[in-house]
Amino acid sequence: MFGDDIVMLSRMQFGLTALYHFLFVPLTLGMTFILGIMESVYVMTGKEVYKDMTKFWGKLFGINFAMGVTTGLTLEFQFGTNWAYYSHYVGDIFGPLLAAEGWMAFFLESTFVGLFFFGWDKLSKTQHLVVTWLLAVGTSLSALWILIANGWMQYPVGAEFNYETLRMEMTSFADVFFNPVAQVKFVHTVAAGYVTGSMFVLGISSWYLLNKRDIGFARRSFSIASAFGLASILSVIVLGDESGYTEGETQKVKLAAIEAEWETEPAPAGFTLFGLPDQENQETRYAIKIPYVLGLIATRSISEEVKGLKDLRAESKQRIKNGMLAYADLQKLRTGDTSDSVKQNFAVRKADLGYGLLLKKYTENVVDADAAMIEKAADDTLPKVAPLFWTFRIMVACGFTMLFIFVMSFYYCATRVADQKRWLMRMAVWCIPLPWIAAETGWFVAEVGRQPWTISGILPTHLSVSSLSADQLWFSIGGFVLFYTVLLIIEMYLMIKYVRIGPSSLHTGRYCFEQTAAAH
Amino acid sequence: MFDYETIRVIWWVFIGVVGIAFALTEGFDFGVSTLLPFIGKTDVERRVIINTVGATWEGNQVWLVLLGGAIFAIWPAVYATLFSGLYVAMLLVLFALFFRPAGFDYRSKLDNPGWRNAWDWALFLGGTLPPVLIGVLVGNLILGLPFHLDQDLRTFYDGSFWALLSPFALLCGVTGLLLTTFHGALFLKWRSEDVIHDRAVLAVEFLGPVLVAALSAVMLWVFVGIDRPEITQMAGTEAPSNPMHKTVIGDGAGWIAHFMQYPWMWLAPMAGLGGFAMAWWMGKGESRMGAFLFSCVGVTGTALSVGFALFPFLLISSTDPNSSLTLWDASSSYSTMVLAFWITVIFLPIVLLYTRFVYRIIWGSVTEAAVLKDSHTLY
Repeated sequence: MFGDDIVMLSRMQFGLTALYHFLFVPLTLGMTFILGIMESVYVMTGKEVYKDMTKFWGKLFGINFAMGVTTGLTLEFQFGTNWAYYSHYVGDIFGPLLAAEGWMAFFLESTFVGLFFFGWDKLSKTQHLVVTWLLAVGTSLSALWILIANGWMQYPVGAEFNYETLRMEMTSFADVFFNPVAQVKFVHTVAAGYVTGSMFVLGISSWYLLNKRDIGFARRSFSIASAFGLASILSVIVLGDESGYTEGETQKVKLAAIEAEWETEPAPAGFTLFGLPDQENQETRYAIKIPYVLGLIATRSISEEVKGLKDLRAESKQRIKNGMLAYADLQKLRTGDTSDSVKQNFAVRKADLGYGLLLKKYTENVVDADAAMIEKAADDTLPKVAPLFWTFRIMVACGFTMLFIFVMSFYYCATRVADQKRWLMRMAVWCIPLPWIAAETGWFVAEVGRQPWTISGILPTHLSVSSLSADQLWFSIGGFVLFYTVLLIIEMYLMIKYVRIGPSSLHTGRYCFEQTAAAH
Repeated sequence: MFDYETIRVIWWVFIGVVGIAFALTEGFDFGVSTLLPFIGKTDVERRVIINTVGATWEGNQVWLVLLGGAIFAIWPAVYATLFSGLYVAMLLVLFALFFRPAGFDYRSKLDNPGWRNAWDWALFLGGTLPPVLIGVLVGNLILGLPFHLDQDLRTFYDGSFWALLSPFALLCGVTGLLLTTFHGALFLKWRSEDVIHDRAVLAVEFLGPVLVAALSAVMLWVFVGIDRPEITQMAGTEAPSNPMHKTVIGDGAGWIAHFMQYPWMWLAPMAGLGGFAMAWWMGKGESRMGAFLFSCVGVTGTALSVGFALFPFLLISSTDPNSSLTLWDASSSYSTMVLAFWITVIFLPIVLLYTRFVYRIIWGSVTEAAVLKDSHTLY
């Protein structure tokens, strides 16, 4: 019903601004915890260097945090500005989750972040430590609510369609909150944030050590990062969110697409390590498979099968046909025919209403769709396989590279020879971008893999957009590109500048540049 | 525990509370930013001004985020219509707000005077554009917005950005800016000494009468110059939320008749004007806290006047009055409202408690000596 360009531009804008926001979020999640750990050590041991560590890494955290706040606001605005029909359709479920995030989490982190920076002389040691931890808890709680909201988009439980209000309404908050997809997503995502913070501190500390400056400061930062990083990367990998991919139709499609698995394999399925997915012929060429592994990862069992794309498409096609009937019932209800038989029919079929709505792309009236339209809509339920297949593997490769780095760093720290392993420190410096690459590709898989839906099986993406013109969208995209580019350059400039100055920026008189200045 | 009608009214009150909290707290943050380049002549003076709000502006801005979130949760159709309809205006507010986090945090991280001056003006824009645009928005809420809903309850906007800038709405925009600047001047006066304190008093002295005059003009204009729509038939206050089940006429009995129907509502505009007048009277003298508190009364009264005037409307449609959204037919489901009610009842007091704690810790006048002493940690 809307031009493809409006849908495409809206998706592009949301995708770009969301990925941009997520350049800053993971570092915030990780850094707040690392700051909490460093300051705890300070309070327990009383050693001044740990206070300096908290303050210096806190400075870098602050530069990053400002950008997180700036870009987070964009996302809240955008649901209303660009996804108005989505907001109407699922606001009853999605809205309270965002509001809860505001009350429980965002207030907490935003109120205490000021005290973290300006409260050092105004609070006792313990009080300040509590403030730092509240900041850390606030940021992770914030992620909890956002990921419950996002998890619901992937696997919408605890809600149903109400024909009187023409939208989805919440039926069980408990189901929404304890949504298994949301829970694994939360653990996976915050742990990935902790990895990001650890890699950041590990890499920069390595750089100081390689340059033989501020050794004591850098070595202590290095060990905290290696220990926290190892624990976090293990959580990310062991609690990877593939385990959530067996719930719900769309998640299964996503899993099959990631694996480029066209045919249903007998259990337990093999994991395709490498191959060239061919969408047109629905096959994967040159596939190298590791037996059993996919079945184990996805179903946590050796007897359950993982469904292939062809079978999933056939199931979707059936649901599209059923959805046409549901839409016909809804038409009757809407025009005032609320007899019991219509209501009963609708109650049975409404779970497939969303599949019927997929046809709106081809015919406004849905019920008059012909066989060719149904085939097209069924094709739409399969995402493009190759981009998902590759981005997923990039994410996993980044993850395992970091696992190697953290295992080695932790081992060498424990054996107290980390300073001598220059190859490892060099590697840590070069690998600083990896957690970001992993996070961005991870979100790409999660969100592109959900297409053609905004709410899996409930609301197609092409219906979710606002009634806007292409001019309006170009105006906003232009604005975002302009502001975000300038802000990113400024942020990177400040970040690099302060990383280069290092702890000397605290002006305590204890660090390298101040000492050379004093010597002259 | 409640019926649907009651919870709908409770939430109308709650969203009002969140909106007022936003206006009260971010109001003075905005105002201080607007005054920044004018009251601060030197770098140290400007840093004093910035640090009067530096430690707390971030928490204050959450009221705005929460206002958005609460409207999304409680009045999804309002959220959808308002944000998509006023697309360009909303994005301009957003872009202006971009200047604030970076402005506060990055400004003093480099010594370069050009850099610092540029950020001061960025902070000025970030504190000045939003109150103007929000004022224009409020003006258009009273005038009604050109939108309609189709049978799927999809919202369509039938106007343009430029059409928002009618003379009445522009007057509201100016009033919005005067309000935050006056409020901010009183806050700055309270938290500063010497030269900045004196300049803030001058600003109060000048802005007070202009604000009261502008606000009176807006009220007069509303009472005599603008039609008020009226619901002639609707599904009921307990009915499922569907805005298409009512009849609305564009030209009803008018705003005065509406206030006469509930005479206690007159207290709101009186508190608005009276609060600001008292704040001015006390503010140009010695009073710090007292004057600021009266300004808070003024802000609250002004915000309540808008809410009372519109009740039970949330968004009036000027082109298709039947599509107007009211608190009876644009709310979320009963169970969602009850859920959100409990979350609010539990967390609102907690938030207020720790916000008070933070303000108590950082409270006191910000001085040039303090800024110079902590030059490397303060904004």
